[in-house]
Amino acid sequence: MADGFQRLRGGGAVATFTGFEADLLRSLAAQIVELLRNEAAVPATDLDPFESMLDFTGPTTAPDDPVLARLFPVAYRDDEEAAGEFRRFTETELRSGKAASAAAVIDAMEEAGLPGEVDESGLMIDVELDADEAVTWMKALNDMRLALATRLGVEEDDEEFWESLPDDDPRVHVHDIYDWLAFLQETLVHAVSG
Amino acid sequence: MGGVSAPSPVELEETDLGDLTEIDGPWQTVVWNDPVNLMSYVTFVFQQYFGFSRKKAEKLMLQVHHDGRCIVSSGGREEMERDVRAMHEYGLWATLEKVDG
Repeated sequence: MADGFQRLRGGGAVATFTGFEADLLRSLAAQIVELLRNEAAVPATDLDPFESMLDFTGPTTAPDDPVLARLFPVAYRDDEEAAGEFRRFTETELRSGKAASAAAVIDAMEEAGLPGEVDESGLMIDVELDADEAVTWMKALNDMRLALATRLGVEEDDEEFWESLPDDDPRVHVHDIYDWLAFLQETLVHAVSG
Repeated sequence: MGGVSAPSPVELEETDLGDLTEIDGPWQTVVWNDPVNLMSYVTFVFQQYFGFSRKKAEKLMLQVHHDGRCIVSSGGREEMERDVRAMHEYGLWATLEKVDG
């Protein structure tokens, strides 16, 4: 895995993951899918019950969860009503798109031979992506990074802070995973860029 | 490293950024700096979605990085809502605003 993604002759990209790495990516992707499904995109509840049953459209207010709020940003900074309308018409579909991208990562790993439980130490998983699948993966990796960065509180120019933490701080391990995802995303972008 | 961050530097000559985006409508799509998105990815998205040349995409990306924001498209409101929505699909932080707003 030291090489990340590499360009495939004829387009697309290829990477080899250890069983542990593939399992980790699957688990991060599964958490994104769970997060997107769990806090359902529900319409505002200030409607009367009759109206709310007839309201099949999306939410109009930003999600409470900070990760979801980052995945679905406010589109109009100074116009709450326009922002609510935009959200009503976009968030539900954006959610299913992001969930589908994360699910595609899980499917690709399993199609490449990742078993439900990883117990063999020598297991290696080769993942080949065509150009479209590569873009789907970039989006999914980016969503995972946005999620981890939000939970960690990543900020501008904060590398020294992360390096200064003692090794037994649980955030160190999470930040290492965040960096690893950046490496994967970076090598994937380069593998499919002209 | 920071903002739109990248493991590798981008080589570019200094160029005037003033006339990159022609104003062709009353609304514009703004992409904002954030500490997560990689410079290479932002450039890739600008090329892929807007069809910009690599050079133009890199200039706009650097503008986001240095100025905190940059205008990536302008036009009618519905068209800009489509662009903002697409940026959110890619995970970029985008908003729309009136050209004079």
